[in-house]
Amino acid sequence: MLKVSGIYKVFNPGTVNQKTALRNVSIDMEEGDFVTLIGGNGAGKSTLLNCVAGVYGVDRGTITIAGTDVTKMSEYKRAAFLGRVFQDPMMGTASDMLLEENLALALRRGQPRGLKWGISGRERETYRQMLSQLDLGLENRLHTKVKLLSGGQRQAITLLMATLKKPKLLLLDEHTSALDPKTAERVLSLTDRLVSENNLTTLMVTHNMRDAIKYGNRLIMMHDGQVILDIRGEEKKKLTVEALLERFGLVSGQEFAYDRVLLS
Amino acid sequence: MLEIIRGAVSLGLLWAVMTIGVYITYRILNIADLTVEGSIALGAAIAAQIISKGTNPYIATGVSILGGMAAGLVTGILHTVLKIPALLSGILTMIALYSVNLRVLGKASLSLLRMETVYTVFERMGLESSWSVIMLGLIVVALVICLLYWFFGTELGCAIRATGNNPEMVRAQGINTNTMIILGLVISNGLVAFSGALIAQNQSFADVQMGTGSIVIGLASVIIGEVLFGKRNFMMRLISIALGAITYRIIIAFVLKLGMHSNDLKLFTAITVAIALSLPIIRNRINPPRISIEESEQQAQNLNGGKNA
Repeated sequence: MLKVSGIYKVFNPGTVNQKTALRNVSIDMEEGDFVTLIGGNGAGKSTLLNCVAGVYGVDRGTITIAGTDVTKMSEYKRAAFLGRVFQDPMMGTASDMLLEENLALALRRGQPRGLKWGISGRERETYRQMLSQLDLGLENRLHTKVKLLSGGQRQAITLLMATLKKPKLLLLDEHTSALDPKTAERVLSLTDRLVSENNLTTLMVTHNMRDAIKYGNRLIMMHDGQVILDIRGEEKKKLTVEALLERFGLVSGQEFAYDRVLLS
Repeated sequence: MLEIIRGAVSLGLLWAVMTIGVYITYRILNIADLTVEGSIALGAAIAAQIISKGTNPYIATGVSILGGMAAGLVTGILHTVLKIPALLSGILTMIALYSVNLRVLGKASLSLLRMETVYTVFERMGLESSWSVIMLGLIVVALVICLLYWFFGTELGCAIRATGNNPEMVRAQGINTNTMIILGLVISNGLVAFSGALIAQNQSFADVQMGTGSIVIGLASVIIGEVLFGKRNFMMRLISIALGAITYRIIIAFVLKLGMHSNDLKLFTAITVAIALSLPIIRNRINPPRISIEESEQQAQNLNGGKNA
């Protein structure tokens, strides 16, 4: 479903700030794969996700989504294939617009926008049903401006928006890291439910080792711009935090020294 | 007295069309578009030139609108395709339009005295001249408001509104934000030129200088409208903006009546806008929002909790 072949990404080339964020990264995801992507600060996880989404172009290598080479495709065109949830809960929704208007924008992802009315009455009923399944009391707030909702609610809405029109690939960029632990837990279990109900191919970046182990059928670890571990199937199911740390040490020749990841 | 107000209302209605154009860029797209200063004079110049050749004033006004849209297109391309900051893109088009407008007019100003204008129909029906301006102004403003209310409710209109709000999210929904910004600028400057054409026909001349300061007048009117008449829903907002433009004209008429020299008007308007824009900051200084230490601690914990706990 997603095929990343030998991509490189260099930031600020030719300056003192030159940084190779991705070096020769290749990932091949099958349809229905739920990959958790883990690594410390500066490992290149978010850069990889942004390269797949088309926020950044790559310097070498190719990216193919569902058989289409998207390497040179602009961000908005690629969006036809992708559902995206961002780290910042404010990023995924238009805050001055109504909840239903946000959902309507997402339902038409990848379609040309014409002069038809922005929301149809039939849609509203669907939205109400879907929102009531979130169990956040949002079903009666279709006419509320999104900026009046909490971070957790907004992230749940963004998640719903990303899956409203079934994407070929769902990209989650540390989408619970800005939420309090309880809300993060709820949003994660919602994520898991939406992914399995719709059988979505998913790439989830996380800082949290336990979450990376608990969710998904495959775990990829990055370090210093490279993929250093790729654990799947039965092996992934038996994984523990201690085992993961040990394997990281073996592969990278370093102690795992990122506070944020260890503490989580 | 009544005569002064009637004159102010008629002028306000014509400027309302321009103010709605400014509202589209300033509030919906979140861009302060200085193209306005040039495109209002462009609209006036095109209309005046075509009318002075004896052509139908409605056709002339239509061509003016197209001219304004072209000006918006230029600014849009400078800003989105060539990545020049919005403010500078507007300034570039505005400066370029000064020369273009001189070319269109052939001289610094062009008189329309005794030519047939869009108001002539109403005058023939026996209306006094300021009443015919009010009549036409009301029809035009009502039409513009209805049309925009419909348009910004469509899929395309929603996409433009969202672009001004959160462009990253809009791109993630598969919408080309560049196209949306260009479209917004085109519509806005079309309206501004429309207004310029109506104003020129009302004052019976077009002048290459007539756009100077118009962006500030537009902003003042938008802010007055929002503050005085509220912004509950989109329809009400558009109506408020139009009322803001009329109120601005009434205020100006009064300060002139009270003895302010007309040369000082632009200074007065600029100070008013500066005060209006800085009101939120001033209010915070005088009366800072209270938040208890416990509350802020709690918030800090909530924020960090997701990452560290």
